[in-house]
Amino acid sequence: MAEIGSIATKVRSKNAGPFWLTIDIFCGSAEAYARISGGLTTARVAACFGCPSQTVKRFDIPDLQVVKLSIPRPAIQGTVADRDMHGAAWGPLVAEIEID
Amino acid sequence: MTRILIPSGALGLGYDADALAAGIAMRPDLIAIDGGSTDSGPSYLGRGVSKYSRAATKAEWRGLIEARARAGVPLVIGTAGTCGADSAVDWLVDLTREILAETGLTASIAVLKSSQPAQRVADALARGDVTPLPNAPEISAEVLASCTNIVALAGAEQIARALETGAEIVIAGRTTDTAIIAALPLMRGEHAGAAWHGAKIGECGALCATNPQSGVIVIDVDKTGFTVTPLAEGSACSPQTVSAHMLYENSDPFILYEPGGHLDVTGARYTALDARRVRVEGSVWVPSDRYTVKLEGARITGYQTILIATLRDRRYVENVRDWCADIEVRHAAKVRDRMGLEPGAYRLELRLMGVDATLGPLEQRRSDPVEIGILAIVTAASQAQAGEIGKLLNPYLLHHPLTREEEQPTFAFPFSPAEIDRGAAYEFCLNHVMRLDDPMSAFALEVING
Repeated sequence: MAEIGSIATKVRSKNAGPFWLTIDIFCGSAEAYARISGGLTTARVAACFGCPSQTVKRFDIPDLQVVKLSIPRPAIQGTVADRDMHGAAWGPLVAEIEID
Repeated sequence: MTRILIPSGALGLGYDADALAAGIAMRPDLIAIDGGSTDSGPSYLGRGVSKYSRAATKAEWRGLIEARARAGVPLVIGTAGTCGADSAVDWLVDLTREILAETGLTASIAVLKSSQPAQRVADALARGDVTPLPNAPEISAEVLASCTNIVALAGAEQIARALETGAEIVIAGRTTDTAIIAALPLMRGEHAGAAWHGAKIGECGALCATNPQSGVIVIDVDKTGFTVTPLAEGSACSPQTVSAHMLYENSDPFILYEPGGHLDVTGARYTALDARRVRVEGSVWVPSDRYTVKLEGARITGYQTILIATLRDRRYVENVRDWCADIEVRHAAKVRDRMGLEPGAYRLELRLMGVDATLGPLEQRRSDPVEIGILAIVTAASQAQAGEIGKLLNPYLLHHPLTREEEQPTFAFPFSPAEIDRGAAYEFCLNHVMRLDDPMSAFALEVING
């Protein structure tokens, strides 16, 4: 078992407009890509964010060795409940997921 | 071929003057720069103001106006003043007049305005011409009327109308990030997929290159594709850096919706021309049968007062959740007793900095912090009320004991007064598109001489 963040080169989260959050996992090698793309389930990511799996948009992009996940923002950007205006601090939730 | 020079990802972030000069020497057909984004939150649109300092904006805009005069080509800014509301456009027009007066330069200025009267959008909503995008909040005529600003995002069509006036400077309100770059290549009949894809790659300046801080970039669009060239010393683009830029702040890295259609880059091919430049072909523009523009709106959600206290006593750090829960109960009773306000009439949140202030209930890690910052956020119907609720909280944050028996503790306040009035808090309340019969019907274009 290892954390995604220790397998990938970089895990980045960012707003994709005020209503969506997008997480890019830059795997950095074909092996890391195969391990993460195959080992990280969408359900696992959805559970981290407390949202239904079917609301997660997922893109596995072998050419870039990137797994990209877009999620409806846990709180809409800038609302009273929002804790992270730029959506850039949610990456660790994914980086700390352990996979085989 | 149409050559667009992009000095940086946003006016106010700075650009490399030597790289800009190198770009001007390449004889571009147009200089395009973005002035804003929603990324810093709803307050800027809500208030209709710029995020960046007036001094930084003026210095950088002056450099671009002077570069434009040397090059003799149009200079276009989209989403002026961060939010692109009419007041922010007016602010940049005033700055432009000042700069022209100070430099002795003259220019004709096309001003494109994007603000929407709430009634126009409410009428469109009633006609069924306003459609929600995924994860959009519910809206109604009342919600629209409560917005302090509503803008529509102009596309290439409206920028083209502004350029057709022959203006030397175009100051546009809210536009899509890409429209200011794509408009001229599209007007000249270049490859539409390449125009939009090149615009998307270029819109953040050199963020698509290896040295993203350097800013300046050139996009050449022709009949079959586009070429991207970064200009700062030591900066390079590779097929990897360019294609990876489609991931950035995009929920879908292959499809980009614009007024009048969408870009599909699924079949795009990225080729290194040399160690610095990348050629892209195979992107497709798919026109839609309905012409729609995206709407953004912001409204006041309440007024806020915040307080900050820090706990360093180990027993309080270890029992912070019990301490907060007890404070919340006692404070709510005090507010009811002194102000006659029920808990549902305002909101108090105690965020634990050092514990889970960033992720809240989603946080999965537990640690043993040395100290904890308490960020108390009061949101109420008026600033006066928020301030009063904050003042009633003050003694608890300062002195509240974990048990009745112990001597009264005192915690650390970094400021006097401890209450900090934040003013109005805003929220985005539109994620919708509005159908237009005529692309100009929701936008105003005026040419002035400065």
